[in-house]
Amino acid sequence: MYPYAIETKGLKKSFGKQVVLDGVDLSVPSGSIYALLGPNGAGKTTLINILSTLTAADAGEARIAGYNVFAEKTKVKSSISLTGQFAAVDEMLTGEENMRMICRLSGLSPAESKARTAELLKQFELEAAGKKRVKSYSGGMRRRLDLAVSLVVDRPVLFLDEPTTGLDTISRQTLWKIILRLKERGVTVFLTTQYLEEADQLADKISVIDGGRIVATGTAAELKARFGEEVIELRDRNEALLRTVATSGTIADVRQALSELAPLLPPDARVSLRKPSMDDVFLALTSQPRLEESIL
Amino acid sequence: MNDLSRLTPSPASFFAANAVFIGRSVRLSLRNVEALLMAVMLPVMLMLLFTYVFGGALDPSGNYVNYVVPGIILLCAGFGSSSTAVDVSVDMTNGIIDRFRTMPIHSMGVITGHVAASLTRNLLATAVVIGVAFLVGFRPNAGPAEWLAALGIIVLFILAFTWLYAAIGLVASSPSAASGYGFALLFLPYLSSAFVRTETMPGWLQDVANHQPITPVIETIRGLLTGTPIGNQAWLAVGWCALLILVAIAWCGISFRRKAGRR
Repeated sequence: MYPYAIETKGLKKSFGKQVVLDGVDLSVPSGSIYALLGPNGAGKTTLINILSTLTAADAGEARIAGYNVFAEKTKVKSSISLTGQFAAVDEMLTGEENMRMICRLSGLSPAESKARTAELLKQFELEAAGKKRVKSYSGGMRRRLDLAVSLVVDRPVLFLDEPTTGLDTISRQTLWKIILRLKERGVTVFLTTQYLEEADQLADKISVIDGGRIVATGTAAELKARFGEEVIELRDRNEALLRTVATSGTIADVRQALSELAPLLPPDARVSLRKPSMDDVFLALTSQPRLEESIL
Repeated sequence: MNDLSRLTPSPASFFAANAVFIGRSVRLSLRNVEALLMAVMLPVMLMLLFTYVFGGALDPSGNYVNYVVPGIILLCAGFGSSSTAVDVSVDMTNGIIDRFRTMPIHSMGVITGHVAASLTRNLLATAVVIGVAFLVGFRPNAGPAEWLAALGIIVLFILAFTWLYAAIGLVASSPSAASGYGFALLFLPYLSSAFVRTETMPGWLQDVANHQPITPVIETIRGLLTGTPIGNQAWLAVGWCALLILVAIAWCGISFRRKAGRR
């Protein structure tokens, strides 16, 4: 067996002059949920496309379930299942027809396909919609069907590219439950997301990607701890956020931070202390509007 | 979810995958009612147009219908095949192609599926053309063997054009671009002996018309159905179609593999 379901070393990819991946190293333990967190354009989808054999890398190594992604494509394809960013289903076919088609392509007999389709539609609460064309589905239903289609046969590694983008809260939580249950069955789930909460809630381990590089890796708690123990928040009279400052939380540190900030802020600014959130980590690590100057 | 049985069958074989993809495309074709209606209506309109509007001017003896039927068949086959470019392009710009490509199957079968569906649609349209032709006075003198041979040539022609359109669909950046590029091919039948004898064209155009694939295909079908001389046109027709099919399939294969890197 293999300790890491996904392993990459120095993966590089450019489209023309634009560098999309600039040396990505990852080790995803088997049976874990791993989140790749990053802003738009960070290289998340390109990485998934390379790992799922859709795109060739310019340099580096990648192994899925122990197989070389570039040299053993068929074995890799037999080990993975991909749910892309855009629902990969035929709109003019019904949910049931979509499921059966993928069942047949996966090698199930017509009778097995029928049984498996019924089973999955039921589990994903799509029984009633099964006979309707996908065109009439809501965003959440489409996503569920898409995920159900990815689970027709057992694959050790599942890729989910932004599984909940554009979904409402209830649909999102339903998908989260499904993803957590997959982990219980031993599936390694590799998901990309722009949502900090999603990574925080689901992932055993998180890598933050920005500008084609992995800028931090760890559990949600580790990442938060790296950022600091306590965050000082400074707000004006109208509760509008002025500054956030990461500190160790000791009296000495907090006092020093406040004395340095005091001349820069209105005298009636209010101070509060809180634990760091994933947002703090994310904003500090990525090239989103920087708060760096306020981090001591 | 815990009750899910462990399922790890061996994936669909080359033939099984192709069969599934053909079923998919035929089903999608049947659901695209507008396109299907167009595929059947257009031949009827063209048949009536050429027989009653242009026919009198082109051949005052009233025998034009016997001359033009093979041309209408090819014109409609060309038109009917052109939607393959759009169908393929829609698939390639949609997430579903990524699903197929990441499965351990012969994923180019998705193109074969569209080609098979196009062949089915076009044979249906051809049957309609021939039916309407009989109604407006088409009187062929072919026996069963000639009909069968003509059908064979028509199938080859449809396959050649459909594979070409599939390749166009693969290289086009969007479905509307695919539709635009495909339009160029639709002019080929007009620059052939489909509607007027090539002798009536200016010299330079005759050279074009006599040396493009449509003319031998037309002359062969015309000869088989109405007894005009065929000569070596049949071999030229088969040769052209076979060549086009081989080139187009190779083109499809190369662009299908290359498309992935650019997405």
